Amino acid sequence: MSFLIYLINGLSLGSIYAIIALGYTMVYGIAKMLNFAHGDFIMVGCYVIFTICSTLSGNTLVGILAAIVLCTLLGITTEKVAYKPLRGAASPLAVLITAIGVSYFLENLALLIFGADIKSFSSVVSWSGLSFAGGELKIQGVTIVTILSSIVILIVLQLFIHKTKEGQAMLAVAEDKGAAMLMGINVNKTITLTFAIGSALAAVAGALLCSAYPSLSPYLGAMPGIKAFVAAVFGGIGSIPGAMIGGLVLGIVEILSRTYISSQLADAIVFGILIVVLLVKPTGLLGKVIQEKV
Amino acid sequence: MRKFKSVMSVVAATALFAGTLAGCGGSSNTSDAPATEESKAEETTEAAEGEAPAANSGATFKIGSIGPLTGGAAAYGNAVVNSVELAVAEINAAGGINGYQVEMKGEDDELNAEKSVNAYNSLKDWGMQFLVGATTSACSLAVSDYTHEDNMFQLTPSASAADCVSYDNVFRVCFSDPNQGLASAQYIAGHSLGTKIAVIYDSSDPYSSGVYQTFAQEAANQGLEIVSAEAFTADSKTDFSVQLQKAKDAEADLLFLPIYYTEASLILTQANTMGYAPTFFGVDGMDGILTVENFDTSLAEGLMLLTPFAADATDDLTVNYVKNYSDKYGETPNQFGADAYDAVYVIKQCLEEAGATPDMSVSDLCDVMKSTIVKITAKGLTSDVMTWDASGEPNKEPKAVVIQNGAYVSVE
Repeated sequence: MSFLIYLINGLSLGSIYAIIALGYTMVYGIAKMLNFAHGDFIMVGCYVIFTICSTLSGNTLVGILAAIVLCTLLGITTEKVAYKPLRGAASPLAVLITAIGVSYFLENLALLIFGADIKSFSSVVSWSGLSFAGGELKIQGVTIVTILSSIVILIVLQLFIHKTKEGQAMLAVAEDKGAAMLMGINVNKTITLTFAIGSALAAVAGALLCSAYPSLSPYLGAMPGIKAFVAAVFGGIGSIPGAMIGGLVLGIVEILSRTYISSQLADAIVFGILIVVLLVKPTGLLGKVIQEKV
Repeated sequence: MRKFKSVMSVVAATALFAGTLAGCGGSSNTSDAPATEESKAEETTEAAEGEAPAANSGATFKIGSIGPLTGGAAAYGNAVVNSVELAVAEINAAGGINGYQVEMKGEDDELNAEKSVNAYNSLKDWGMQFLVGATTSACSLAVSDYTHEDNMFQLTPSASAADCVSYDNVFRVCFSDPNQGLASAQYIAGHSLGTKIAVIYDSSDPYSSGVYQTFAQEAANQGLEIVSAEAFTADSKTDFSVQLQKAKDAEADLLFLPIYYTEASLILTQANTMGYAPTFFGVDGMDGILTVENFDTSLAEGLMLLTPFAADATDDLTVNYVKNYSDKYGETPNQFGADAYDAVYVIKQCLEEAGATPDMSVSDLCDVMKSTIVKITAKGLTSDVMTWDASGEPNKEPKAVVIQNGAYVSVE
């Protein structure tokens, strides 16, 4: 029975990693850049929900919607101001370092506005969950909502990418930016759209992350962001189903190794597995091998 | 800083994955360990020694204070520096020390040992004679190398790691980590609070693991059974489902949490959602749990902690301090502030006892303080009776408080 509880906890943690990883992987796949500020978009989303729901005692749904809208705007602005001017820069590192700069900027801004003290987040899920086997096995409402949300998001994203014109444009830009431009695709608009979707996902991930682990601090997005990045690489960066699988595997491995091996070594094991996977399959589980064209 | 390290490591990792560059981000120099920064810090000292130290006019006593005023631990550093300021203002209003006014200056170290040494040097240039700081263990440890060299009297309010007071010129107001573990085990056994004990501690934090280690040793002596001892690290401190489930499976009736309230508030929330309700017992890092914004304080009901200071205590000294502090800074002071406030008054008491004057040299003042502090018996916010011995450790009784109806209530 305990094993089942641990497995469900792992699934729940993994689903959150998966949603964050989806944002990472989409942006990487299309804009070919690692948005290290992604974790901090999550933090911004959390603070928006917190401010609306707890400070202004507004409706939870309004809070989530506002977070999605604000994160989307933040994503678009960041892309326009900080990333787009550097897209043509000689070194691909320039934009990477800028992303780290944006990350620090957002953290320090939050520190300035909200202070260093942690705040407790009220769960956006009021449902208490299901109870099985006479109360022995309790699954929390937020766990179920998290797992379901990640599945829904995956399906919607897949449909969007494969069935809509904008999605097709994204695929084309991911494949070959230059050729896509020649075919009349507005590459800049497509990249902006990708950032918008990725940032909206960050807001959703934030709502779920803080509902499961209700502690709000300006640094809350940093570690989940990095773990989700690992999940994205593990699943094959650029691949949407890969990010999902990577996130789930990472969450489950983390919880199970903490349970059965050592609570201190869990992170070492998670990252160890990453190294092994990358050694065996350098592109990640579902990553595409890109052949260098001459 | 930790974030910085993580990001840099990912940058380094990314560089490897992408194979686009080599040698980027290799030198993430966090300076928690003072030893690693020796060479750099030495330069700083030499530079400072090269200039003539700002001569004190002899008209005022000058007290400096160092703490993290920005960043993740800003709550601690601000409490310390604000409380020093408050105490100094009170002393000046009441006529100063031996008839001399007191000046104070606070410097930010951003929780970084190297910056703490820089802050110390700039305070020295200002003419500091006594240091109330640094606020945190790693920084205090780094600074003490220099105060020892200069023979500057250092009274740290809150650096609790065991070796912070290893020099003869360094004393502290708070309990050391080992003493807290010891006292907790004795208190739990003495009051029969539980027999099967589970512990969740932060293995990446010297404070938390230091308390845990002495607790575990003393628990064995006291006949307490530790049925589950699980760790977490700074990089994975949001999910405690595993640690709690193990404690529950081991049927622990008391959960000892030698950690900060930040993580403790999450543990209480997660324990509640999984329906696990042992007695929770914490140490001074738990102080502050009721101030977490939006935290459901009913979850902390019955939580016990050993702490030297409770802001809702009703003695005159505490009531005045809390009132003046909240009037001036708009928030309720914490234990760090109380320690710093006591530190200033301890310095005052020593100077009055010895009849010292501000025109004495820093080193002479330090010698006076060293020989006087071991003789005095101080009364302060954090204890009614405080004495020191030459080791630098305070002798005072730990107080236990329990949270009832959303407030700290002293347990006698």
